[in-house]
Amino acid sequence: MNSNLLLQRRWANRIALSLSLLAMSFGLVWLIWILLDVFRLGMSGLSLQLFTEMTPPPGSSGGLLNAIVGSLMMVTLATVLGTPIGLMAGIYLAEYGQYTWLGRVTRFINDILLSAPSIVIGLFVYSVYVARVGKFSGFAGVIALALLVIPVVVSTTENMLKLVPNSLREAVFALGSPKWVVIGKVTLRASMAGVITGILLAVARISGETAPLLFTALSNQFWSVDMNQPIANLPVTIFKFAMSPFKDWQEIAWAGVFLITLGVLSLNILARVLFRQKHRS
Amino acid sequence: MAVTVRRKGNLGDWVFFNLTRLFALLTLLMLVGIIGSLVYGAWPAIERFGFSFLWADDWNPPLDNFGALIPIYGTLATSMIALAIAVPVSFGIALFLTELSPAWLRRPLGVAIELLAGIPSIVYGMWGLLVFAPLFSEVQPLLGATLGNIPLFGKLFRGPPLGIGLLTAGIILAIMIIPFIASVMRDVFEVTPAMLKESAYGVGATTWEVVWNVVLPYTKVGVIGGIMLGLGRALGETMAVTFVIGNTNLINSASLFEPGNSITSVLANEFSEATPGLYTASLVELGLILFLITLTVLVFSKLLLMRLSQQEGRRT
Repeated sequence: MNSNLLLQRRWANRIALSLSLLAMSFGLVWLIWILLDVFRLGMSGLSLQLFTEMTPPPGSSGGLLNAIVGSLMMVTLATVLGTPIGLMAGIYLAEYGQYTWLGRVTRFINDILLSAPSIVIGLFVYSVYVARVGKFSGFAGVIALALLVIPVVVSTTENMLKLVPNSLREAVFALGSPKWVVIGKVTLRASMAGVITGILLAVARISGETAPLLFTALSNQFWSVDMNQPIANLPVTIFKFAMSPFKDWQEIAWAGVFLITLGVLSLNILARVLFRQKHRS
Repeated sequence: MAVTVRRKGNLGDWVFFNLTRLFALLTLLMLVGIIGSLVYGAWPAIERFGFSFLWADDWNPPLDNFGALIPIYGTLATSMIALAIAVPVSFGIALFLTELSPAWLRRPLGVAIELLAGIPSIVYGMWGLLVFAPLFSEVQPLLGATLGNIPLFGKLFRGPPLGIGLLTAGIILAIMIIPFIASVMRDVFEVTPAMLKESAYGVGATTWEVVWNVVLPYTKVGVIGGIMLGLGRALGETMAVTFVIGNTNLINSASLFEPGNSITSVLANEFSEATPGLYTASLVELGLILFLITLTVLVFSKLLLMRLSQQEGRRT
């Protein structure tokens, strides 16, 4: 009887643990499969042409130059626009508003905005900007992406500032510095690596975002760097090309997806390495 | 001299404080602004269709007849399929990472899972359409011949093997949210005080018994919070779904093999070409519905996760 129970428990344990191992391999298999396909199919589409020629009409070969440049421009501008706002709000949350109602509510709302559907941000920018101005434009895309940058930067900035020991702040206060000098010259500097990590993560997040660009920046088949006009960008171009029945468009789409994946993964890894280096010492 | 320096500091302090507060307020106002602008944009449709918008199944732009039933059904169905697959798998992964994995493997695997959570969804969507769907259409008759014979549930798995459709979208979503849910679950499991686990091991419990009877009850609030977070992602996901759901506003049978539409895929496909007026307003109302659903789910998730961290402070 007793040994029977023991056996039963042992087997239950073995079965559960094997299932757990199975789940781990199940999860990994899909993800490795996807990454391998992206690398395999993307590499074969990779050529110099990709970086020197414009997106082609169906049925002919071409590249992604206008889309790459458009994406780089929008991502850069959105980061430049969104980072200071997120940084300031994050500083407020960590240094001033820890125990105020505004701080609490903002922190809560920010965490929700962090996972809010990005397509809704696109709708929002469409109705407050695109519909008013009357045309799709690169600027609208920049605004949408900047709105996605803000929550990421807010939450990492806040968390990183909170890691700075209070004794450091007190030491500078004791020298007679006003609070804003303490924050700007000491607290922020001490957590610089963490803050940069947050910015890198935000860049990684927006460089693959497609949904918010669909009704803001739209896309453009031709070369254009006018931010007041619809502008070509990698994600929407990939979407359009991959959904098409044309073989050469699909090949270009694979190459584009490969570029985005590579970029996002390296940004993520860079952010991690930076953060670990700083916080190991 | 000393006085002026101090006053300068005070002014700087005042400016800096209010500047940061302004931007914090701005973040807060973003949420209000989003809801406000969506309600404003959707108003013509809200006024015209009222609540019946939610259950009318006709989506007919030429006739200016709009009902949200099919996109809402598509969104909920794909998210539920995704959760049904992702939750057990993520639980297994979290269990493996916290209790089973040899120490040297724990970090690399954890990092891999977190990196995968960062891959843009367009990658999953495109892979789903061009690689997974053709293969899956071969598997579908097999599913129909096996699962299709279960009474009651069988009809979910009978139908034309198109490769794309609600089930495919659900599976791709599942693959995408597994890393999210798994990494939250792992973090949550790690909150369990070692002393609790060790005392259970000490009285002779097996690993499984420790996880099921000690770790899970201790962290259940956080586990549900993590699942809700994954659900929030799945509901609002656009690209992973739009590629593979089939994009049709007609549903002929209960089969999950049927192509359909989700709120996000309707928006992605139709919004930039919609005529102004009732059509656009109806699409904006779809967006509003989506935002309110995800908002509820995310608020719930956040509250649960906060409760876990409070509990952590009290008990350890």
